[in-house]
Amino acid sequence: MAVDSKTVQKVALLAKLKVDEDKVEATKDEFNKILKWIEQLNEVETQGVEPLVSVNEEHLVCREDEVTDGNIKDKILANAPESEFGYFAVPKVVE
Amino acid sequence: MTDLTDLTIAEALSAMKSKKISAEELTKAYIKKTEEGRKYNAYVLETPEVALQAAKVADENYAKGTERALEGVPMGIKDLFCTKGIRTTACSHIIDNFIPQCESTVTQNLLNAGVGFLGKLNMDEFAMGGSNETSCFGPVVNPWSKDVNLVPGGSSGGSAAAVAAKMCAAATGTDTGGSIRQPAAFCGITGIKPTYGRCSRYGIMAFASSLDQAGPMAKDVKDCALLLKVMAGHDEKDSTSSRKAVPDFTKVLGQDVKGLKIGIPNEYRPQGLNKDVEKAWDAAVDMLKARGAEIIDISLPHTKYALPVYYIIAPAEASSNLARYDGVRFGQRVDGAHLDDLYINTRTQGFGKEVKRRIMVGTYVLSAGYYDAYYVKAQKVRRLIQNDFKNAFEKCDVILTPTSPVSAFPIGDKSMIENPINMYLNDVFTVSVSLAGLPALSLPIGLSANGLPLGMQLIGKAFDEETVFKTAYALEQDAAFKRI
Repeated sequence: MAVDSKTVQKVALLAKLKVDEDKVEATKDEFNKILKWIEQLNEVETQGVEPLVSVNEEHLVCREDEVTDGNIKDKILANAPESEFGYFAVPKVVE
Repeated sequence: MTDLTDLTIAEALSAMKSKKISAEELTKAYIKKTEEGRKYNAYVLETPEVALQAAKVADENYAKGTERALEGVPMGIKDLFCTKGIRTTACSHIIDNFIPQCESTVTQNLLNAGVGFLGKLNMDEFAMGGSNETSCFGPVVNPWSKDVNLVPGGSSGGSAAAVAAKMCAAATGTDTGGSIRQPAAFCGITGIKPTYGRCSRYGIMAFASSLDQAGPMAKDVKDCALLLKVMAGHDEKDSTSSRKAVPDFTKVLGQDVKGLKIGIPNEYRPQGLNKDVEKAWDAAVDMLKARGAEIIDISLPHTKYALPVYYIIAPAEASSNLARYDGVRFGQRVDGAHLDDLYINTRTQGFGKEVKRRIMVGTYVLSAGYYDAYYVKAQKVRRLIQNDFKNAFEKCDVILTPTSPVSAFPIGDKSMIENPINMYLNDVFTVSVSLAGLPALSLPIGLSANGLPLGMQLIGKAFDEETVFKTAYALEQDAAFKRI
Protein backbone atom coordinates (compact mmCIF):
# COMPACT_ATOMS: atom_id res chain seq x y z
CA MET A 1 0.00 0.00 0.00
CA ALA A 2 1.91 3.06 -1.21
CA VAL A 3 0.94 6.39 0.28
CA ASP A 4 0.56 9.66 -1.65
CA SER A 5 1.43 13.21 -0.61
CA LYS A 6 -2.08 13.83 0.65
CA THR A 7 -1.85 10.87 3.03
CA VAL A 8 1.49 12.12 4.35
CA GLN A 9 -0.12 15.47 5.17
CA LYS A 10 -3.10 13.73 6.77
CA VAL A 11 -0.92 11.49 8.95
CA ALA A 12 1.14 14.51 10.01
CA LEU A 13 -2.02 16.32 11.03
CA LEU A 14 -3.21 13.30 13.04
CA ALA A 15 0.17 13.21 14.80
CA LYS A 16 0.06 17.00 15.37
CA LEU A 17 3.17 17.52 13.27
CA LYS A 18 3.80 19.71 10.28
CA VAL A 19 5.69 18.60 7.17
CA ASP A 20 6.96 21.60 5.21
CA GLU A 21 5.69 21.80 1.61
CA ASP A 22 9.15 21.28 0.16
CA LYS A 23 9.72 18.17 2.31
CA VAL A 24 6.47 16.36 1.49
CA GLU A 25 7.84 14.49 -1.53
CA ALA A 26 10.96 13.28 0.28
CA THR A 27 8.93 12.28 3.33
CA LYS A 28 6.52 10.37 1.12
CA ASP A 29 9.34 8.45 -0.58
CA GLU A 30 10.96 7.57 2.72
CA PHE A 31 7.61 6.53 4.15
CA ASN A 32 6.95 4.23 1.21
CA LYS A 33 10.40 2.69 1.50
CA ILE A 34 9.69 1.79 5.15
CA LEU A 35 6.16 0.55 4.39
CA LYS A 36 7.39 -1.63 1.55
CA TRP A 37 9.98 -3.12 3.87
CA ILE A 38 7.52 -3.91 6.66
CA GLU A 39 5.05 -5.37 4.18
CA GLN A 40 7.23 -8.48 3.87
CA LEU A 41 5.07 -9.66 6.78
CA ASN A 42 2.40 -10.45 4.21
CA GLU A 43 4.43 -13.56 3.33
CA VAL A 44 3.69 -15.02 6.75
CA GLU A 45 0.62 -17.21 7.15
CA THR A 46 -1.15 -16.00 10.31
CA GLN A 47 -4.59 -17.55 9.91
CA GLY A 48 -5.89 -18.46 13.36
CA VAL A 49 -2.90 -16.99 15.22
CA GLU A 50 -3.84 -15.08 18.37
CA PRO A 51 -2.24 -11.59 18.34
CA LEU A 52 0.39 -11.19 21.08
CA VAL A 53 -0.51 -8.02 22.94
CA SER A 54 1.76 -8.50 25.94
CA VAL A 55 4.39 -11.06 26.91
CA ASN A 56 3.33 -10.67 30.52
CA GLU A 57 1.85 -13.99 31.60
CA GLU A 58 0.88 -12.97 35.13
CA HIS A 59 -2.65 -11.78 35.68
CA LEU A 60 -2.84 -8.06 36.13
CA VAL A 61 -4.12 -7.34 39.62
CA CYS A 62 -6.49 -4.49 40.38
CA ARG A 63 -5.51 -2.53 43.44
CA GLU A 64 -8.03 -1.10 45.88
CA ASP A 65 -9.80 1.89 44.41
CA GLU A 66 -8.52 4.43 46.89
CA VAL A 67 -6.64 7.70 46.89
CA THR A 68 -2.90 7.12 47.31
CA ASP A 69 -1.69 10.68 46.94
CA GLY A 70 -3.11 14.17 46.65
CA ASN A 71 -2.49 17.79 47.52
CA ILE A 72 0.44 17.89 45.10
CA LYS A 73 -0.81 20.70 42.88
CA ASP A 74 2.51 22.54 43.06
CA LYS A 75 4.43 19.45 41.97
CA ILE A 76 2.09 18.88 39.06
CA LEU A 77 2.42 22.47 37.89
CA ALA A 78 6.16 22.72 38.59
CA ASN A 79 7.16 22.02 34.98
CA ALA A 80 4.26 23.75 33.23
CA PRO A 81 5.34 26.21 30.52
CA GLU A 82 2.51 28.47 31.71
CA SER A 83 0.12 28.24 34.64
CA GLU A 84 -2.36 30.59 36.20
CA PHE A 85 -4.60 30.38 39.29
CA GLY A 86 -3.43 26.81 39.89
CA TYR A 87 -4.27 25.64 36.36
CA PHE A 88 -2.36 24.87 33.17
CA ALA A 89 -2.76 27.88 30.89
CA VAL A 90 -3.27 27.60 27.11
CA PRO A 91 -4.37 30.05 24.38
CA LYS A 92 -8.03 30.95 24.45
CA VAL A 93 -10.14 28.19 22.88
CA VAL A 94 -13.63 29.69 23.33
CA GLU A 95 -14.54 32.76 21.32
CA MET B 1 47.69 2.60 44.95
CA THR B 2 46.32 1.53 41.61
CA ASP B 3 43.69 3.63 39.84
CA LEU B 4 40.52 3.17 41.87
CA THR B 5 38.40 3.36 38.74
CA ASP B 6 39.95 0.05 37.62
CA LEU B 7 38.12 -1.73 40.43
CA THR B 8 34.92 -3.60 39.67
CA ILE B 9 31.97 -2.89 41.95
CA ALA B 10 32.52 -6.19 43.76
CA GLU B 11 36.17 -5.28 44.38
CA ALA B 12 35.37 -1.70 45.41
CA LEU B 13 32.70 -2.87 47.89
CA SER B 14 35.12 -5.22 49.54
CA ALA B 15 37.84 -2.53 49.65
CA MET B 16 35.42 -0.08 51.27
CA LYS B 17 34.18 -2.66 53.74
CA SER B 18 37.71 -3.44 54.85
CA LYS B 19 38.41 0.33 55.03
CA LYS B 20 41.23 0.13 52.46
CA ILE B 21 39.52 2.92 50.55
CA SER B 22 36.73 5.34 51.35
CA ALA B 23 33.62 6.01 49.30
CA GLU B 24 34.80 9.60 49.01
CA GLU B 25 38.12 8.56 47.45
CA LEU B 26 36.34 6.25 45.04
CA THR B 27 33.81 8.90 44.06
CA LYS B 28 36.48 11.56 43.60
CA ALA B 29 38.43 9.21 41.33
CA TYR B 30 35.39 8.78 39.11
CA ILE B 31 34.64 12.52 39.12
CA LYS B 32 38.19 13.15 37.91
CA LYS B 33 37.74 10.60 35.10
CA THR B 34 34.45 12.24 34.19
CA GLU B 35 36.17 15.60 33.80
CA GLU B 36 39.03 14.11 31.79
CA GLY B 37 36.60 12.26 29.53
CA ARG B 38 34.39 15.19 28.48
CA LYS B 39 35.60 14.75 24.89
CA TYR B 40 33.45 11.61 24.70
CA ASN B 41 30.26 13.64 25.38
CA ALA B 42 28.94 10.76 27.49
CA TYR B 43 27.41 12.91 30.22
CA VAL B 44 24.72 15.48 29.41
CA LEU B 45 24.68 16.60 33.05
CA GLU B 46 27.36 16.09 35.72
CA THR B 47 26.25 16.05 39.34
CA PRO B 48 29.48 15.65 41.34
CA GLU B 49 27.95 17.31 44.42
CA VAL B 50 25.15 14.72 44.49
CA ALA B 51 27.68 11.88 44.25
CA LEU B 52 29.92 13.36 46.96
CA GLN B 53 26.99 13.82 49.33
CA ALA B 54 26.09 10.14 48.86
CA ALA B 55 29.73 9.19 49.45
CA LYS B 56 29.71 11.08 52.75
CA VAL B 57 26.67 9.14 53.91
CA ALA B 58 28.28 5.93 52.67
CA ASP B 59 31.47 6.50 54.67
CA GLU B 60 29.40 7.13 57.81
CA ASN B 61 27.52 3.89 57.21
CA TYR B 62 30.77 1.94 56.72
CA ALA B 63 32.11 3.46 59.95
CA LYS B 64 28.97 2.35 61.79
CA GLY B 65 28.90 -1.04 60.05
CA THR B 66 25.43 -0.34 58.68
CA GLU B 67 26.38 -0.38 55.00
CA ARG B 68 23.79 -1.30 52.39
CA ALA B 69 24.15 -3.60 49.33
CA LEU B 70 25.82 -1.05 47.01
CA GLU B 71 26.98 1.47 49.60
CA GLY B 72 29.20 4.15 48.08
CA VAL B 73 29.08 2.92 44.47
CA PRO B 74 29.14 5.89 42.05
CA MET B 75 26.94 5.35 39.00
CA GLY B 76 25.85 7.19 35.87
CA ILE B 77 22.15 7.26 35.01
CA LYS B 78 20.74 7.16 31.48
CA ASP B 79 18.83 10.39 30.90
CA LEU B 80 15.60 8.47 30.36
CA PHE B 81 15.20 7.74 34.10
CA CYS B 82 13.43 10.46 36.08
CA THR B 83 15.68 11.59 38.91
CA LYS B 84 13.95 13.80 41.48
CA GLY B 85 15.18 17.37 41.30
CA ILE B 86 17.81 16.49 38.67
CA ARG B 87 17.13 17.56 35.08
CA THR B 88 15.94 14.68 32.89
CA THR B 89 15.57 15.22 29.15
CA ALA B 90 15.42 11.93 27.18
CA CYS B 91 17.98 13.91 25.12
CA SER B 92 15.12 15.67 23.34
CA HIS B 93 14.67 19.43 22.91
CA ILE B 94 10.97 19.03 23.57
CA ILE B 95 11.63 18.30 27.26
CA ASP B 96 15.15 19.66 27.76
CA ASN B 97 14.14 21.80 30.77
CA PHE B 98 12.28 19.11 32.71
CA ILE B 99 12.91 18.73 36.45
CA PRO B 100 11.20 15.54 37.66
CA GLN B 101 9.18 15.79 40.85
CA CYS B 102 9.47 12.04 41.41
CA GLU B 103 12.16 9.36 41.30
CA SER B 104 11.94 6.36 38.96
CA THR B 105 11.57 3.09 40.87
CA VAL B 106 14.80 1.62 39.48
CA THR B 107 16.89 4.66 40.50
CA GLN B 108 15.09 4.80 43.86
CA ASN B 109 16.06 1.15 44.43
CA LEU B 110 19.68 2.07 43.67
CA LEU B 111 19.55 5.08 46.01
CA ASN B 112 18.08 2.90 48.75
CA ALA B 113 21.04 0.54 48.32
CA GLY B 114 23.56 3.36 48.82
CA VAL B 115 24.44 4.31 45.23
CA GLY B 116 25.54 7.88 44.40
CA PHE B 117 24.68 9.50 41.05
CA LEU B 118 27.56 11.08 39.10
CA GLY B 119 25.24 12.50 36.46
CA LYS B 120 22.90 11.87 33.56
CA LEU B 121 24.09 10.02 30.48
CA ASN B 122 23.67 10.76 26.80
CA MET B 123 21.40 8.58 24.64
CA ASP B 124 19.48 8.59 21.38
CA GLU B 125 16.46 10.92 21.56
CA PHE B 126 13.70 9.06 23.44
CA ALA B 127 15.87 5.92 23.04
CA MET B 128 15.13 5.84 19.31
CA GLY B 129 18.32 5.00 17.50
CA GLY B 130 21.21 2.59 17.35
CA SER B 131 24.18 4.96 17.31
CA ASN B 132 23.49 7.76 19.83
CA GLU B 133 23.47 10.20 16.90
CA THR B 134 19.84 11.29 17.36
CA SER B 135 20.56 12.92 20.76
CA CYS B 136 19.81 16.66 20.92
CA PHE B 137 23.13 16.98 22.80
CA GLY B 138 25.09 15.53 19.88
CA PRO B 139 26.75 12.16 19.38
CA VAL B 140 28.86 10.24 21.90
CA VAL B 141 32.37 9.15 20.91
CA ASN B 142 33.22 5.49 21.48
CA PRO B 143 36.30 5.36 23.79
CA TRP B 144 37.72 2.61 21.54
CA SER B 145 37.98 5.05 18.60
CA LYS B 146 41.43 5.39 17.03
CA ASP B 147 41.86 7.59 13.93
CA VAL B 148 38.17 8.07 13.21
CA ASN B 149 35.49 8.83 15.79
CA LEU B 150 33.22 5.82 16.13
CA VAL B 151 29.69 5.56 17.52
CA PRO B 152 29.22 3.88 20.92
CA GLY B 153 26.04 2.19 19.67
CA GLY B 154 22.63 3.12 20.96
CA SER B 155 20.39 3.99 22.39
CA SER B 156 22.26 3.68 25.73
CA GLY B 157 25.44 5.02 24.07
CA GLY B 158 26.43 7.42 26.85
CA SER B 159 26.03 4.65 29.42
CA ALA B 160 28.24 2.23 27.47
CA ALA B 161 30.92 4.83 26.73
CA ALA B 162 31.00 6.06 30.35
CA VAL B 163 31.47 2.54 31.69
CA ALA B 164 34.13 1.71 29.08
CA ALA B 165 36.08 4.93 29.82
CA LYS B 166 35.75 4.32 33.60
CA MET B 167 33.72 7.50 34.06
CA CYS B 168 31.37 5.60 36.39
CA ALA B 169 31.47 2.26 38.20
CA ALA B 170 28.38 1.20 36.25
CA ALA B 171 25.38 2.74 34.54
CA THR B 172 21.70 2.16 34.06
CA GLY B 173 20.44 1.45 30.58
CA THR B 174 17.14 0.70 28.93
CA ASP B 175 16.52 -1.73 26.12
CA THR B 176 13.55 -1.74 23.74
CA GLY B 177 15.06 -3.52 20.73
CA GLY B 178 18.72 -3.86 21.71
CA SER B 179 19.55 -0.55 23.38
CA ILE B 180 21.54 -2.08 26.25
CA ARG B 181 23.11 -5.01 24.43
CA GLN B 182 24.30 -3.39 21.18
CA PRO B 183 26.12 -0.43 22.85
CA ALA B 184 27.57 -2.83 25.43
CA ALA B 185 28.98 -4.89 22.54
CA PHE B 186 30.33 -1.81 20.70
CA CYS B 187 32.09 -0.49 23.82
CA GLY B 188 33.47 -3.78 25.18
CA ILE B 189 31.39 -3.87 28.37
CA THR B 190 28.71 -6.15 29.82
CA GLY B 191 24.99 -5.38 29.93
CA ILE B 192 21.82 -7.33 30.52
CA LYS B 193 18.25 -6.72 29.43
CA PRO B 194 16.30 -8.75 31.96
CA THR B 195 12.99 -10.51 31.31
CA TYR B 196 10.15 -8.11 30.54
CA GLY B 197 8.59 -7.36 33.93
CA ARG B 198 11.73 -7.88 36.05
CA CYS B 199 12.27 -4.16 36.55
CA SER B 200 9.61 -1.55 37.10
CA ARG B 201 9.12 0.90 34.26
CA TYR B 202 7.74 3.57 36.61
CA GLY B 203 9.48 6.89 36.06
CA ILE B 204 11.26 5.81 32.88
CA MET B 205 10.07 7.97 29.99
CA ALA B 206 8.07 5.52 27.88
CA PHE B 207 9.06 4.62 24.32
CA ALA B 208 7.32 1.30 23.56
CA SER B 209 5.62 0.06 26.71
CA SER B 210 5.28 -3.60 25.74
CA LEU B 211 9.04 -3.82 25.07
CA ASP B 212 10.88 -1.32 27.33
CA GLN B 213 13.02 -2.82 30.09
CA ALA B 214 15.70 -1.33 32.31
CA GLY B 215 18.95 -3.13 33.06
CA PRO B 216 22.51 -2.65 34.30
CA MET B 217 25.58 -1.91 32.17
CA ALA B 218 28.85 -2.64 33.94
CA LYS B 219 32.46 -3.74 33.76
CA ASP B 220 31.76 -7.44 34.14
CA VAL B 221 29.17 -10.18 34.65
CA LYS B 222 29.36 -10.19 38.44
CA ASP B 223 28.71 -6.45 38.68
CA CYS B 224 25.67 -6.85 36.44
CA ALA B 225 24.41 -9.63 38.73
CA LEU B 226 24.89 -7.46 41.83
CA LEU B 227 23.13 -4.50 40.22
CA LEU B 228 20.18 -6.38 38.75
CA LYS B 229 19.35 -7.86 42.14
CA VAL B 230 18.93 -4.32 43.49
CA MET B 231 17.22 -2.80 40.44
CA ALA B 232 14.60 -5.56 39.96
CA GLY B 233 11.43 -6.40 41.85
CA HIS B 234 7.70 -5.86 41.91
CA ASP B 235 6.44 -2.30 42.08
CA GLU B 236 2.86 -1.26 42.78
CA LYS B 237 3.36 1.69 40.46
CA ASP B 238 3.88 -0.59 37.42
CA SER B 239 1.23 -3.29 37.02
CA THR B 240 3.40 -5.09 34.44
CA SER B 241 6.26 -5.56 36.90
CA SER B 242 6.48 -9.18 37.98
CA ARG B 243 5.66 -10.50 41.44
CA LYS B 244 8.22 -13.30 41.05
CA ALA B 245 10.95 -13.36 43.70
CA VAL B 246 14.29 -11.92 42.60
CA PRO B 247 17.06 -14.44 43.24
CA ASP B 248 20.61 -13.63 44.34
CA PHE B 249 22.11 -13.85 40.86
CA THR B 250 25.70 -13.94 42.15
CA LYS B 251 25.09 -17.39 43.68
CA VAL B 252 25.21 -19.11 40.29
CA LEU B 253 28.47 -17.50 39.17
CA GLY B 254 31.21 -20.08 38.92
CA GLN B 255 28.81 -23.01 38.76
CA ASP B 256 29.66 -25.74 36.30
CA VAL B 257 28.23 -25.45 32.79
CA LYS B 258 28.96 -29.10 32.05
CA GLY B 259 25.99 -30.74 30.35
CA LEU B 260 24.29 -27.40 29.80
CA LYS B 261 22.53 -27.35 26.43
CA ILE B 262 23.59 -24.34 24.35
CA GLY B 263 21.34 -23.55 21.38
CA ILE B 264 22.86 -22.16 18.20
CA PRO B 265 20.20 -20.77 15.83
CA ASN B 266 21.12 -21.37 12.20
CA GLU B 267 19.07 -18.34 11.06
CA TYR B 268 21.62 -16.10 12.83
CA ARG B 269 24.36 -17.27 10.47
CA PRO B 270 23.27 -15.79 7.15
CA GLN B 271 25.37 -15.85 4.00
CA GLY B 272 27.90 -13.06 4.16
CA LEU B 273 27.98 -12.74 7.94
CA ASN B 274 30.94 -10.56 8.98
CA LYS B 275 34.01 -12.84 9.23
CA ASP B 276 35.24 -11.36 12.53
CA VAL B 277 31.81 -11.84 14.09
CA GLU B 278 31.62 -15.40 12.82
CA LYS B 279 35.08 -16.20 14.18
CA ALA B 280 34.25 -14.75 17.60
CA TRP B 281 31.05 -16.78 17.68
CA ASP B 282 32.89 -20.00 16.83
CA ALA B 283 35.46 -19.25 19.52
CA ALA B 284 32.72 -18.80 22.12
CA VAL B 285 31.14 -22.10 21.07
CA ASP B 286 34.52 -23.81 21.49
CA MET B 287 34.99 -22.33 24.96
CA LEU B 288 31.68 -23.72 26.15
CA LYS B 289 32.30 -27.04 24.43
CA ALA B 290 35.65 -27.35 26.22
CA ARG B 291 33.79 -26.90 29.50
CA GLY B 292 31.55 -29.83 28.66
CA ALA B 293 28.49 -27.94 27.50
CA GLU B 294 26.44 -29.58 24.78
CA ILE B 295 26.01 -27.61 21.55
CA ILE B 296 22.55 -28.01 19.99
CA ASP B 297 21.51 -26.73 16.56
CA ILE B 298 18.19 -24.95 16.81
CA SER B 299 15.92 -23.07 14.43
CA LEU B 300 14.10 -19.77 14.96
CA PRO B 301 12.27 -19.75 11.61
CA HIS B 302 10.57 -16.34 11.92
CA THR B 303 13.80 -14.45 12.66
CA LYS B 304 13.75 -12.51 9.38
CA TYR B 305 10.36 -11.02 10.26
CA ALA B 306 11.39 -9.70 13.68
CA LEU B 307 12.63 -6.35 12.40
CA PRO B 308 9.51 -5.49 10.37
CA VAL B 309 7.34 -6.56 13.34
CA TYR B 310 9.40 -4.37 15.63
CA TYR B 311 9.19 -1.39 13.30
CA ILE B 312 5.40 -1.58 13.38
CA ILE B 313 4.87 -2.27 17.08
CA ALA B 314 7.51 0.07 18.52
CA PRO B 315 6.51 3.15 16.47
CA ALA B 316 2.81 2.43 17.10
CA GLU B 317 3.36 2.40 20.86
CA ALA B 318 5.71 5.38 20.60
CA SER B 319 3.16 7.44 18.71
CA SER B 320 0.70 7.05 21.60
CA ASN B 321 3.31 7.43 24.36
CA LEU B 322 4.75 10.60 22.85
CA ALA B 323 1.33 12.23 22.45
CA ARG B 324 1.83 13.70 25.93
CA TYR B 325 4.56 16.06 24.71
CA ASP B 326 2.29 18.84 23.57
CA GLY B 327 3.65 21.95 25.28
CA VAL B 328 0.91 22.16 27.89
CA ARG B 329 1.94 20.33 31.05
CA PHE B 330 5.73 20.14 30.79
CA GLY B 331 8.61 20.69 28.43
CA GLN B 332 9.12 23.34 25.81
CA ARG B 333 6.24 25.30 24.30
CA VAL B 334 6.21 27.04 20.95
CA ASP B 335 3.27 29.42 20.90
CA GLY B 336 0.56 29.53 18.28
CA ALA B 337 -2.57 31.54 17.69
CA HIS B 338 -4.81 28.61 18.52
CA LEU B 339 -4.35 25.60 20.76
CA ASP B 340 -3.91 23.31 17.75
CA ASP B 341 -1.15 25.55 16.39
CA LEU B 342 0.54 25.44 19.77
CA TYR B 343 0.55 21.63 19.70
CA ILE B 344 1.79 21.46 16.11
CA ASN B 345 4.48 24.13 16.51
CA THR B 346 5.72 22.65 19.77
CA ARG B 347 5.96 19.10 18.44
CA THR B 348 7.34 20.01 15.02
CA GLN B 349 10.17 22.08 16.52
CA GLY B 350 10.71 20.01 19.67
CA PHE B 351 11.11 16.50 18.24
CA GLY B 352 14.08 15.42 16.15
CA LYS B 353 13.92 13.82 12.71
CA GLU B 354 14.04 10.13 13.70
CA VAL B 355 11.45 10.61 16.44
CA LYS B 356 9.07 12.38 14.03
CA ARG B 357 9.64 9.64 11.46
CA ARG B 358 8.63 6.98 13.98
CA ILE B 359 5.63 8.94 15.27
CA MET B 360 4.39 9.29 11.68
CA VAL B 361 4.87 5.58 10.90
CA GLY B 362 3.18 4.68 14.17
CA THR B 363 0.26 7.01 13.56
CA TYR B 364 -0.20 5.57 10.09
CA VAL B 365 -0.18 1.89 11.10
CA LEU B 366 -2.73 2.64 13.84
CA SER B 367 -5.02 4.76 11.68
CA ALA B 368 -8.48 3.67 10.61
CA GLY B 369 -8.38 1.20 7.74
CA TYR B 370 -4.78 0.12 8.30
CA TYR B 371 -4.89 -1.12 11.89
CA ASP B 372 -5.59 -4.76 11.00
CA ALA B 373 -3.29 -4.87 7.99
CA TYR B 374 -0.27 -3.59 9.91
CA TYR B 375 -0.65 -3.54 13.68
CA VAL B 376 -2.70 -6.70 14.25
CA LYS B 377 -0.67 -8.53 11.61
CA ALA B 378 2.52 -7.57 13.45
CA GLN B 379 1.09 -8.78 16.77
CA LYS B 380 0.27 -12.13 15.17
CA VAL B 381 3.78 -12.56 13.80
CA ARG B 382 5.08 -11.49 17.21
CA ARG B 383 3.25 -14.52 18.63
CA LEU B 384 4.99 -16.77 16.07
CA ILE B 385 8.37 -15.32 17.06
CA GLN B 386 7.64 -16.02 20.71
CA ASN B 387 6.58 -19.58 19.78
CA ASP B 388 9.90 -20.06 17.95
CA PHE B 389 11.73 -19.41 21.22
CA LYS B 390 9.35 -21.61 23.23
CA ASN B 391 10.01 -24.48 20.82
CA ALA B 392 13.76 -23.87 20.88
CA PHE B 393 13.85 -23.92 24.67
CA GLU B 394 12.32 -27.40 24.62
CA LYS B 395 15.71 -28.50 23.30
CA CYS B 396 18.20 -26.17 24.98
CA ASP B 397 18.80 -24.20 28.20
CA VAL B 398 20.32 -21.02 26.79
CA ILE B 399 20.96 -19.60 23.31
CA LEU B 400 24.29 -18.17 22.14
CA THR B 401 24.47 -15.64 19.27
CA PRO B 402 26.52 -12.59 18.34
CA THR B 403 25.06 -9.37 19.78
CA SER B 404 25.47 -7.34 16.61
CA PRO B 405 26.32 -8.21 12.99
CA VAL B 406 29.04 -5.52 13.01
CA SER B 407 31.47 -3.75 15.34
CA ALA B 408 31.30 0.00 16.03
CA PHE B 409 31.02 2.12 12.85
CA PRO B 410 32.08 5.73 12.20
CA ILE B 411 29.94 8.66 13.33
CA GLY B 412 28.00 10.09 10.38
CA ASP B 413 27.93 6.90 8.29
CA LYS B 414 26.29 7.94 5.02
CA SER B 415 24.48 4.72 4.17
CA MET B 416 22.64 4.80 7.49
CA ILE B 417 21.78 8.49 7.39
CA GLU B 418 20.44 8.20 3.86
CA ASN B 419 18.47 5.02 4.49
CA PRO B 420 17.09 4.49 8.01
CA ILE B 421 16.48 0.80 7.24
CA ASN B 422 20.25 0.25 7.12
CA MET B 423 20.45 1.55 10.69
CA TYR B 424 17.52 -0.63 11.75
CA LEU B 425 19.28 -3.74 10.39
CA ASN B 426 21.94 -3.44 13.13
CA ASP B 427 19.35 -4.74 15.58
CA VAL B 428 18.80 -7.98 13.67
CA PHE B 429 20.17 -10.20 16.49
CA THR B 430 18.57 -8.33 19.38
CA VAL B 431 14.98 -7.41 18.44
CA SER B 432 13.40 -10.86 18.36
CA VAL B 433 14.49 -11.38 21.98
CA SER B 434 12.76 -8.12 22.91
CA LEU B 435 9.59 -9.10 21.09
CA ALA B 436 9.55 -12.39 23.02
CA GLY B 437 10.26 -10.56 26.31
CA LEU B 438 13.22 -12.81 27.17
CA PRO B 439 16.36 -11.99 29.19
CA ALA B 440 19.57 -11.50 27.21
CA LEU B 441 23.07 -10.45 28.18
CA SER B 442 25.89 -9.14 26.03
CA LEU B 443 29.49 -9.61 27.05
CA PRO B 444 32.74 -8.79 25.23
CA ILE B 445 34.39 -11.87 23.76
CA GLY B 446 37.32 -10.48 21.80
CA LEU B 447 38.45 -7.94 19.23
CA SER B 448 37.86 -7.64 15.51
CA ALA B 449 40.79 -7.60 13.07
CA ASN B 450 40.88 -3.81 13.40
CA GLY B 451 40.93 -3.91 17.19
CA LEU B 452 37.30 -3.22 18.09
CA PRO B 453 35.25 -5.10 20.70
CA LEU B 454 32.84 -7.83 19.64
CA GLY B 455 29.97 -8.93 21.85
CA MET B 456 28.27 -12.27 22.38
CA GLN B 457 24.62 -12.50 23.36
CA LEU B 458 23.23 -15.13 25.72
CA ILE B 459 19.45 -15.52 25.63
CA GLY B 460 17.56 -17.27 28.44
CA LYS B 461 14.08 -18.55 29.16
CA ALA B 462 11.68 -16.04 30.70
CA PHE B 463 12.80 -15.27 34.28
CA ASP B 464 15.82 -17.55 33.98
CA GLU B 465 18.49 -14.86 34.19
CA GLU B 466 20.43 -17.28 36.39
CA THR B 467 21.35 -19.61 33.53
CA VAL B 468 22.30 -16.58 31.44
CA PHE B 469 24.58 -15.26 34.19
CA LYS B 470 26.11 -18.67 34.85
CA THR B 471 26.97 -19.22 31.18
CA ALA B 472 28.18 -15.64 30.72
CA TYR B 473 30.48 -15.95 33.72
CA ALA B 474 32.08 -19.10 32.29
CA LEU B 475 32.61 -17.42 28.91
CA GLU B 476 34.04 -14.34 30.63
CA GLN B 477 36.67 -16.44 32.39
CA ASP B 478 37.76 -18.06 29.14
CA ALA B 479 37.61 -14.96 26.95
CA ALA B 480 39.71 -12.93 29.44
CA PHE B 481 38.75 -9.75 27.59
CA LYS B 482 41.00 -6.77 28.38
CA ARG B 483 39.01 -3.66 29.28
CA ILE B 484 40.41 -0.23 28.38
